[in-house]
Amino acid sequence: MADDNPRRPDGGPGEPVPDETAPTSRVTRRRFLKGAGVVISVPVLIGEGFLEAAAEDARVAGPGPVAVTLKINGETRKLEVEPRVTLLDALRNRLDLTGAKKVCDRATCGACTVLLDGKAVYSCNVLAIEAEGRDIQTIEGLAQGGALHPVSAAFVTHDAQQCGFCTPGFVMAAKAFLDRNPAPTYEQVTAGLGGNLCRCGTYMGVREAVLDAAGRMRGGRA
Amino acid sequence: MADYHWPPAEKRSLIGKSFTRLDGPAKSSGRAKYSLDINRPGMLYGKMIFSPYAHAKVKSIDTSAAEKMPGVRAVQVMYGPGQEVQWAGQEIVAIAAETEEQARDAARAIVVECEILPHLVGDVPPGKAGADRSKPSAEQVVGDPEASFKLADAIVEQTYGSAVIAHCCLEPHGSAAEWDGDNLTVWASTQNVSGLVKEYSDALKIPAANVRILTAYMGGGFGSKFPADTWGIACAQLAKKAGRAVKMLLERDQEIMVAGSRPSIHAVVKVGAKKDGTIVAWKSESWGTAGVGVAGSPNLPYVLKISNRSVRHTVVSTNTGPARAWRAPNHPQSCLITMAALDDLAAAVSMDPLEFFLKNLNFADRFGEVYRQELLKAAEMMEWKKKWHPRGQMSPGSVQRGVGLALHTWGGGGHQSNCNCVIHPDGSVEISLASQDLGTGTRTVIAIVAAETLGLTIEAVQVNLGDSRYPASGGSGGSTTVGGVSSSTRRAATNALNELLDKVAESLAAKADDLEAVGGQIRVKSDPSRSLTWKQACAKLATTSITASGATTRDLISSGVGGVQMAEVSVDMETGQVRMEKMVAVQDCGLVINTKTAKSQVYGAFVMGITYALHEEKIMDEQTGRCLNPDMEFYKLAGLADIGEFVVHMMTGPGYDERGVIGLGEPPVVSPGAAISNAVANAIGVRVPRLPITPDKVLAALEAKGAKA
Repeated sequence: MADDNPRRPDGGPGEPVPDETAPTSRVTRRRFLKGAGVVISVPVLIGEGFLEAAAEDARVAGPGPVAVTLKINGETRKLEVEPRVTLLDALRNRLDLTGAKKVCDRATCGACTVLLDGKAVYSCNVLAIEAEGRDIQTIEGLAQGGALHPVSAAFVTHDAQQCGFCTPGFVMAAKAFLDRNPAPTYEQVTAGLGGNLCRCGTYMGVREAVLDAAGRMRGGRA
Repeated sequence: MADYHWPPAEKRSLIGKSFTRLDGPAKSSGRAKYSLDINRPGMLYGKMIFSPYAHAKVKSIDTSAAEKMPGVRAVQVMYGPGQEVQWAGQEIVAIAAETEEQARDAARAIVVECEILPHLVGDVPPGKAGADRSKPSAEQVVGDPEASFKLADAIVEQTYGSAVIAHCCLEPHGSAAEWDGDNLTVWASTQNVSGLVKEYSDALKIPAANVRILTAYMGGGFGSKFPADTWGIACAQLAKKAGRAVKMLLERDQEIMVAGSRPSIHAVVKVGAKKDGTIVAWKSESWGTAGVGVAGSPNLPYVLKISNRSVRHTVVSTNTGPARAWRAPNHPQSCLITMAALDDLAAAVSMDPLEFFLKNLNFADRFGEVYRQELLKAAEMMEWKKKWHPRGQMSPGSVQRGVGLALHTWGGGGHQSNCNCVIHPDGSVEISLASQDLGTGTRTVIAIVAAETLGLTIEAVQVNLGDSRYPASGGSGGSTTVGGVSSSTRRAATNALNELLDKVAESLAAKADDLEAVGGQIRVKSDPSRSLTWKQACAKLATTSITASGATTRDLISSGVGGVQMAEVSVDMETGQVRMEKMVAVQDCGLVINTKTAKSQVYGAFVMGITYALHEEKIMDEQTGRCLNPDMEFYKLAGLADIGEFVVHMMTGPGYDERGVIGLGEPPVVSPGAAISNAVANAIGVRVPRLPITPDKVLAALEAKGAKA
């Protein structure tokens, strides 16, 4: 569980590891995991190192539900979740924001991609409490005034979807990618969106859609 | 009377053109609600514990501790004491709790005592598996293969095969269930909306009339989502016990372990040809595993029914998650074995495989002429003559390029479908049928057919599907959906239109037979200036809508297609890495209704084909009896950078359209494995005999060749 693989928390390739000591986060991931280790695993894990960790880290969250305030698509949402609840499960199970999909549940496939402070992350690998104070954008917040976002619209035009289960994640990853790289080459698209997987095989449409969306967004239609 | 037969090309305003899918905006904006997305008031979350053992007898189950855990509301035993589990991952107990986390905790607190029994999980030949696990399933001798082999100038003897793979649907198997008294509603991730009613009704002993199945959207099935499954029934049982809605879908590990696999098929092949390339005889001894159940037999030799042949197949029973139909059951494996052997035979007689296959098309039991046209077209699209080189002819450097080809076939005749068309007095139109759209574009195809029939735009038609309350329509398997739903829709819409024409004939001072629906108007054929707008015409219905029905109609559809694919790869001889450069498909499927989504089916099949050709495999560990890669890091799907360039050509027009509508979902996924395997052989000068062609297998094949040389 205490996985510090730098690729995982932040999603797609080229993404820097999130700053775990960001001042906006009330309980950091690393500190939470240390604390939780003590509380849950006393019988097997107790030892000097852990006792020291607990002593230096006075603020332990959980294991019961804690109040969390999330800023999602510009709205403030308050909820009570156990600290172990992922951002993905909080969105889907507590807030009925089901656009992000739970597929691999271990930061491989990208179907759960949301934007955290504008960067694409796998929300199955972010704890809800870690996302506190961050700006969370989900697919539900992408359309403005009823019109499809240019990335979503391009996915429709180029039939970059079949069953559609990977599509919201792809759209969010594509949006984050195009925000950073508004005029990508074909090769940059295939590399930049390598963190999302599709089983129906819609990549042909995805490649075309992302290049087209780049044009649409540069054209000021965003 | 409007005629229900498909209109001739010059009269088609919509059929055969390109339309974006109707549910595209809902999917790409995240609004589409799948079964996994259903959140009902007070809904509980279901979780299962499953067997860690590949073969065991359940001795006792103690759920008492789990039942006392926070949030737990119901427990359902699925495999009780005395029952045997036959594969690791087999479900034993389901539990429902207030939150997903509580359900997972409680499932862990269930204690199951098992007696461990001997298992076999490896993909091994009958000789190694033993007689009790090997069951002959097919044997056939045609002509005199033994005598015919004596006429051969070249004989190839080689083993070919492909690994067991999973479906790995992105939306896992499962459902949400909710009771209202004795009425059950199930939001199922299924390919079989109509067919599930009986399964729930039988299992739960409630009238079929009390069961409602809803599948507005579903996240992939590929053949694995026809039954209700034990977990579907258990979900409904938990909901009944708790008096609350319950949602229970498999987690990813279980999805890969138990929710469907494609059998392996391996074969020792002997095939011979004369110097001029004429194939004289075929012999194959094949085997494969599909879990504990009996799988189908391969179709060998595939497409080319060599006159003198002998085939034998044995099914090996293993303690692994059972087989389910996987997009074109048995065809991709049969295609690989046949096309790879024939490609090797072409090399043995020093022929370009394109010429070799053209020469032997007389063995095709159908579509010989279709294949000939398709081979020539594909060769042009691939620039085959420029790219193909004799096997073993290498270019400088460690990266070698090669091209390969394969032929495939499929049925795709329409299933039984019933459809209602309602024309309302305000002009709105509803088409309703209990079919489902797996992402193949079924909704859009139905709207195109209805709109074409009624002279409207597709936006003017509301398509209702994914609800078992609508007229029954077949499950989506075998590429049978498009034929079923397009013909039932065509009939229902034609019948409804004829009723409307009867109603408005008088006001146009014409006979109903002399009227037509074109461009949003009802008009007199001989004098189009005498017309009513669609809305004016429908207003004459006053208060009563027209409801007409239609069913699958054989003279609108047919079965049987042929297709050709070519692959181009580059292979790094030092690392063994295969890189896709290009895939070309030439495919016929009769009358194409929506060219855009038809092409998407082929593009998608390329990706699935590349994935099983190069990446995916269910890896089983004989020691523990478990699957070693039940996750998406190590069960590998191709990504955006792994696929190369795609070019698709659909055979349409005279000679093709007249056959009516034929399914397309399966045929294009058949050839990629064989075409890619042949391209790799062309590139590196030696056959990599088994799929997936991972770098270790490439290097092993090169080493074996080096050792022989």
